[in-house]
Amino acid sequence: MPSLSGPLSDPAADAGWEQPQPRKGFFTDTSVCIGCKACEVACKEWNGVPEDGLNLLGSSYDNTGSLSASTWRHVAFIEQARTPASNTVSLGMPSTVKPGESMSPESATEFRWLMSSDVCKHCTHAGCLDVCPTGSLFRTEFGTVVVQDDICNGCGYCVPACPFGVIDRRIGEQGQKNVGIAQKCTLCYDRLGAGNQPACAQACPTESIQFGDLDELRERAAARVEALHAQGVSEARLYGESSDDGVGGSGAFFLLLDQPEVYGLPPDPVVPTRDLPQLWRHAALAAAGMLAGAVAAFVGRGGRR
Amino acid sequence: MTEHRAELHAEGRLDPSVRNGAAPAGRRGRVGRRRRDEHQMVPDAVFTSYYGRPVVKASPWEADIPAYLFLGGLAAGSSLLGAGAGLTGRPVLRRAGRVSALGAISVSFAALVHDLGRPARFVNMLRVAKPTSPMSVGTWILTGYGPLAGLAGAAELLVPVVDRLPCSVRPPVRLLGRLAGPAGVGAALVAPAVASYTAALLANTSTPTWSASRKQLPFVFVGSASAAAGGLGMLLAPVSEAGPARRLALGGALLELGAERAMEASMGVTAEPLHQGLGGTLMRASKALTAMGAAGSLLARRSRIAAAVSGAALLAGSVCTRFGIFEAGQASARDPKYTVLPQRQRIERGETAGA
Repeated sequence: MPSLSGPLSDPAADAGWEQPQPRKGFFTDTSVCIGCKACEVACKEWNGVPEDGLNLLGSSYDNTGSLSASTWRHVAFIEQARTPASNTVSLGMPSTVKPGESMSPESATEFRWLMSSDVCKHCTHAGCLDVCPTGSLFRTEFGTVVVQDDICNGCGYCVPACPFGVIDRRIGEQGQKNVGIAQKCTLCYDRLGAGNQPACAQACPTESIQFGDLDELRERAAARVEALHAQGVSEARLYGESSDDGVGGSGAFFLLLDQPEVYGLPPDPVVPTRDLPQLWRHAALAAAGMLAGAVAAFVGRGGRR
Repeated sequence: MTEHRAELHAEGRLDPSVRNGAAPAGRRGRVGRRRRDEHQMVPDAVFTSYYGRPVVKASPWEADIPAYLFLGGLAAGSSLLGAGAGLTGRPVLRRAGRVSALGAISVSFAALVHDLGRPARFVNMLRVAKPTSPMSVGTWILTGYGPLAGLAGAAELLVPVVDRLPCSVRPPVRLLGRLAGPAGVGAALVAPAVASYTAALLANTSTPTWSASRKQLPFVFVGSASAAAGGLGMLLAPVSEAGPARRLALGGALLELGAERAMEASMGVTAEPLHQGLGGTLMRASKALTAMGAAGSLLARRSRIAAAVSGAALLAGSVCTRFGIFEAGQASARDPKYTVLPQRQRIERGETAGA
């Protein structure tokens, strides 16, 4: 019986791989993301993911919206007005004040743009994988979670199971590629097999998206947070890195500059299966109660009425 | 826009992230009563989201699934009534139970296949057996239950007309008649699992309202199934035979109403969708119809009309329960409030460090 929650040293071995590879993952350092969306484009191009709406959403430069069956990388844009911290130095940057007018210290605001490229977390305990009734979703030798397109029958159970709202069933005309089937990031399983890095990481011009062995990425991330804290960026924090969280840690984790929910990420994601043993006990008790109730309905009041 | 900003400033006093200077990203929502009293002691809960967009995804399921929840429960309860009636010499109730179970489970099967993104690949469900997937467990439960309920139901339909059938099929139909009893009892033994596993199916998700209902939902669902099947038995069988149906209906209705009440009390903010919108309307209808049906079942011993009316009310109540809980869950997934707020509260209470 594979483990259902908590820290797990090697998910691939836990899933039965006899010769697992080192666990691979992403460290997305949002502090250096410039919002170029090269990751979104590279992902679509490499994986042949179809267009899923050319819309203006009115949410800063984010016209993608969210991760979906046909969006496996999604760059979030958050515009924040903040009071300048006292220890910052004015660089004389262009302001939004009319020429000739000066900004009073009281009204002075500093503008901050948060950008973050979101992706499937490739959880240690993956809700989508746990609930898949066909075995289409599986744990690869790299510890990642991948859908087998030729097996998925589109039951849709993985969609509400994911605590991050990543996986979805592809919508479109029946007959088009993988319509009706659950789709998400594969961490470029095909490229990994050939010794390459995922398309998004390769396309990222600022190394905001870093790919590698998870152990090494975690060390790199810890050092980066320390460096940012030393520079006075006290709000820098890691998200999804700890194996003590509700999904046993993520294969794809992030350095964020605000609370997770600001980026549309759940602050305390929990794999639903963590509580499934208790749920099965309640379901069994309820079933036993129903059987007992039916028996009582027939034997009660002594016979034929 | 201005008004929105003013509201945000007002909330800034209560929200540490705003106080620290970070302006809200997208929408900041508020829970509970609108600010009627500016001096109220308990501050409204505040949460942050990304442009008000959902954090988790609502299931892609449509009406097929709540319809199946109802019909699967109805089939399960009907199999129990059919088997019990067979063992205690109630032929009309037996026939009603077995035929209803066959009909309900057949439509259920069609709904389940229709709901798939790739219906032709339905059989892929049988590739694996996974205890971590309530849908996989349910598939195997139905694989056991379906043929047994089918045999018992088919026997009820074919045996009475055996003499009008072509000679060549009469022996297999007579065999069917002999198998019907054991098959019906077998179906009845599996039936409670059919009625209760669907609660695990919904609760084992990240859909806030379903997930938070996990302790009581199995009892709500078996109660609803018993009430529906009892109601159908009252509707179809004569008063003289329908005693067990009345008792099953009353017990089921009381269990459903009680478990539902306990469920809502334990769910915190995620109970809200059970009171609002389409889900709320359906749940109110469900409670009214189920209570009415339960009360009517007490009179159903004397009046065939009372039996039929309360039976129909219980059936309708069960439909409303299933669609109500389904819709409330879908609504809870679409609103980031129900995902973010309980999680943020868990962190603030120190129960978890979060991710």
